Amino acid sequence: MAFLVINKVNKAFGKTIAVQDFNLELQKGEFVSFLGPSGCGKTTTLRMVAGFETPTSGRVVINGEDITNKPPNQRDVGMVFQSYALFPNMTVAGNVGYGLRIAKKPVNEIKKRVDNMLDLTHMSEFGDRYPYQLSGGQQQRVALARALALSPQILLLDEPLSALDAKLRVSLRSEIRAIQQELGISAIYVTHDQEEALSISDRVVVMNNGAIEQVGSPFEVYNFPQTSFVANFIGTLNTFSAEIIDPEQCTLKVGDQTLAVVHDLSAKQRGEYVSIAIRPERINFASADQNNNLLEGSIKSVTFLGSIVRVLITCGDNMLCMDIFNNPYLELPKTGQHVQVACPREAVLVLDK
Amino acid sequence: MASTKDRKVVEMNTFAGLRKLPLWSWIWFILGLLYFVLPLYGTLDFSLRMQRDVIGLKAYHMAFADKAFWQTFGYSFFLATMTIIVSICLIVPTAYWIRLRLPEARRIVEFITLLPFVIPAIVLVFGLIRLFSSPITLPVAGIVLLPPLTNTVFGTNVLMVAGYMVLGLPYIYRSVDLGMRTVDVRTLTEAAESLGANWYTIILTVILPNIRASLLSGALLIFAIVVGEVVLASFLGIKTFGPYLLLLGQQRSYEPAALSFTTFLMTWAAMGIIQKISGGQGHVAGAH
Ligand SMILES: Nc1ncnc2c1ncn2[C@@H]1O[C@H](COP(=O)(O)OP(=O)(O)O)[C@@H](O)[C@H]1O
Ligand SMILES: [Mg+2]
Repeated sequence: MAFLVINKVNKAFGKTIAVQDFNLELQKGEFVSFLGPSGCGKTTTLRMVAGFETPTSGRVVINGEDITNKPPNQRDVGMVFQSYALFPNMTVAGNVGYGLRIAKKPVNEIKKRVDNMLDLTHMSEFGDRYPYQLSGGQQQRVALARALALSPQILLLDEPLSALDAKLRVSLRSEIRAIQQELGISAIYVTHDQEEALSISDRVVVMNNGAIEQVGSPFEVYNFPQTSFVANFIGTLNTFSAEIIDPEQCTLKVGDQTLAVVHDLSAKQRGEYVSIAIRPERINFASADQNNNLLEGSIKSVTFLGSIVRVLITCGDNMLCMDIFNNPYLELPKTGQHVQVACPREAVLVLDK
Repeated sequence: MASTKDRKVVEMNTFAGLRKLPLWSWIWFILGLLYFVLPLYGTLDFSLRMQRDVIGLKAYHMAFADKAFWQTFGYSFFLATMTIIVSICLIVPTAYWIRLRLPEARRIVEFITLLPFVIPAIVLVFGLIRLFSSPITLPVAGIVLLPPLTNTVFGTNVLMVAGYMVLGLPYIYRSVDLGMRTVDVRTLTEAAESLGANWYTIILTVILPNIRASLLSGALLIFAIVVGEVVLASFLGIKTFGPYLLLLGQQRSYEPAALSFTTFLMTWAAMGIIQKISGGQGHVAGAH
């Protein structure tokens, strides 16, 4: 049995359904992110694992023990909050040792553990400071040390970096990941930032409207999104409505252009409409290759973004976004120019819904 | 530390701002200042002239030499302390619970805490006397639940503290609630809970230390109310400082002036203490 099991969990606040039919199994030592737009139920789900909310129905099981109705102070979970939530009246060391003092550990053991935790989070020099004397990033390190001091069974982080500036977010997130791997602790990380989720997780749970859209490795959810929501939420994407021309040959029509896909369409009917999606980086200027789909259009705009160049192309009624890698000898197309672009058959994703 | 520097900057800014103020503002400001300072000066001056043609502290000596002064003041001090303790024990958990679990009840509770402003103390004291001067019995078997409280010293003290609590309610509730607004009690509570703490421990180790400046200001306000209160004490017939001061004012002239001025000084000292303790608000913990 998995280390953490969230089984058929639902949560309603009055008439608002915050979480519906949430099922997830988490292995020991696994780092899972909940990713989704604001209000999709990520925090609520996390809080049900922490014990701050009780599910309307369903079960939460950690290490074989059903903890659905256990109060948070008996759950053995560590929690890191977006607002840091350090105790303003205690020093850094006081904060980190709080849980250990509550657990009535011997004084010298507390001191050793606190030193350890401050070492781990690179905060050793700051033990005597008060939270208000620390920067946001340092405060969050202390909060992390505090959450880990009791060696909890699972670490829960609710958008821990969203109050920090972009550069710090990037460095701190890899540090969080490194610490989690060093301790081998299971972790759930809530974020609305797809880059953050993709970069640090073993698996990503993409949520929308209180329900899971897709669970998979960062590679899977990016490259093989199963729903149009996932496809659109993660990365930039071209989505079109396409008419099936021949289910056997796997051909579709977008506007007046024909595309071939590798997706199994045999269950569909000729003339049925499906959603298809193409990542901008899978589109290139055409070269002769029979495996490729060819599309024609005219350049609408060219935007230089540094490492990539983003080209918008008008294809009939649709707008196509194409990313090409920058190189100094690139000949940038001109606005209004007529072009032919290509994308491989397997780059055209057919979305389930 | 950063706070001192910040404060200096603020002071300099206000100073620069003051100089820019137009003449009329200055005139109004000085008039207002005189309005407050002149009576105070008058009181001080008067209190120093008990002996003819001599400026001296005789009135102060006389006032403080009176045994009744110390007795009544001590008694009021005791009642104030009890009121503060009971109020804090009652209001802190209540305000905490409302912030955490019953935010919808905030308006109702705020309304209730404002009632003492609307209902005069005289109504309160008559209610107390009516209700508690006869034994409270169960209507059926005639079992006595509570003997008449007004008959015993202890009972009267209980009534006094209860009454003072009602009078101080608006102040203490507001202070505590404001204190809880400045620290994020909800998240702090959750953080402490996930670290294994129970409610009792959380209130003691997290909530109280972080609202201590508000608690202190609430407590000082209660103290001021209790020490000066007259109506409740006279009608319940006990000898506290309020009625003593009133009586003194009717019989003597210099001593009450001396005591009034002392009270002013004490109030200022108290406000200074609050300012000192809550000076670094926002980083409360830095105070020690
Ligand atoms: N205590 C609450 N009372 C009422 N509604 C709530 C409460 N907490 C969350 N919700 C609602 O549940 C939904 C999910 O919220 P939340 O889990 O905080 O989303 P997220 O963390 O993904 O932004 C939202 O519609 C929110 O308004
Ligand atoms: Mg949230």
